[in-house]
Amino acid sequence: MIPALATLLTCQWAGELISHALHLPVPGPVIGMVLLFAWLLARNGDNPAPLPLAQTADTLLTNLGLLFVPAGVGVVIYGPLLARAWVPIALAVLVGTLIGIAVTGRLAQTLLKRLG
Amino acid sequence: MNNLAEIWVYLAQEPLTALTATLIAWLLASRLQALSGRHPLVNPVLITVALLAAGLLVTGMPYRDYFQGAQFVHFLLGPATVALAIPLHRQWRTIRSSFAAIAISVVFGGMFAAAVGVAIAIAGGAEPAVYASLAPKSVTTPVAMGVAERLGGLPSLTAAVVICSGIVGASLGPTTLNAVRVRDWRARGMAIGTVSHGIGTARALSVNATAGAFSGLAMGLNALATAILLPLLWHLVFG
Repeated sequence: MIPALATLLTCQWAGELISHALHLPVPGPVIGMVLLFAWLLARNGDNPAPLPLAQTADTLLTNLGLLFVPAGVGVVIYGPLLARAWVPIALAVLVGTLIGIAVTGRLAQTLLKRLG
Repeated sequence: MNNLAEIWVYLAQEPLTALTATLIAWLLASRLQALSGRHPLVNPVLITVALLAAGLLVTGMPYRDYFQGAQFVHFLLGPATVALAIPLHRQWRTIRSSFAAIAISVVFGGMFAAAVGVAIAIAGGAEPAVYASLAPKSVTTPVAMGVAERLGGLPSLTAAVVICSGIVGASLGPTTLNAVRVRDWRARGMAIGTVSHGIGTARALSVNATAGAFSGLAMGLNALATAILLPLLWHLVFG
């Protein structure tokens, strides 16, 4: 588990370094994900990732929702800000999200069928 | 009684209380979700946030103090994002063969979701700082906040709408996809991940491994696309 965590943190660290050094708008962890993926592909090809790494990743990802909770609770302090324009904000979030999901889903399903 | 109050003052300042409360609230919410037969509307993120927010309001604990403890959970978001490379790698064979379809769907879907959100907010009479904050609502919080700042939005408002978009997509997205008859697990995952980032991906991973991997991929791709394209498009449209 510790080597696996070290691998994840090293990728994140390298991602942060690249993001800041090159002034990229993409955050470090997303670059870290690309780096880890590239490393796995170069090292293992299509073979499965090392088991400890896969297990640690799965543990983190089965509880991914929990990791959003601290930021989510922060919505409490944005209360006044949200109250000022809550109708357009709520509509934009609700309708925008659901129409976005419907359109992306239909488009993806059609393209996957056409382009393979 | 006085003693108890003193103990509370001590404990409330310790990270221990906030961290323990976060984990217990999450376990309660997960139990509720299991009892509901994993109904999509019973979203554990929403329930946990509501429980803890109510707790903060009742005890009067400031959010800053709560975050002192909860930051240990928050920190894991970084390594967890990196860990999305694992399901991506597992599904690479499937993904590689349809990469063009994936890239087009995610980029178009992501920009479309942003445009609809902004259009609704403008129609509803929102001020520029508010609709600029809504534009990057589909993507993961750190990207969204950075993009909002470049568009002249309020990053803190963006953080709130990003979380809300994630919860809406995770809880109502599956019903929406059923209604428009999207049955391909790859397409379902991509739709959720493009529009509802990590919170949607958490839901997708718990339902279907293929949907989860495609959701994680879509979330990463849309983060890249939004960070690069949205400021450019914004400049073209709003000058």
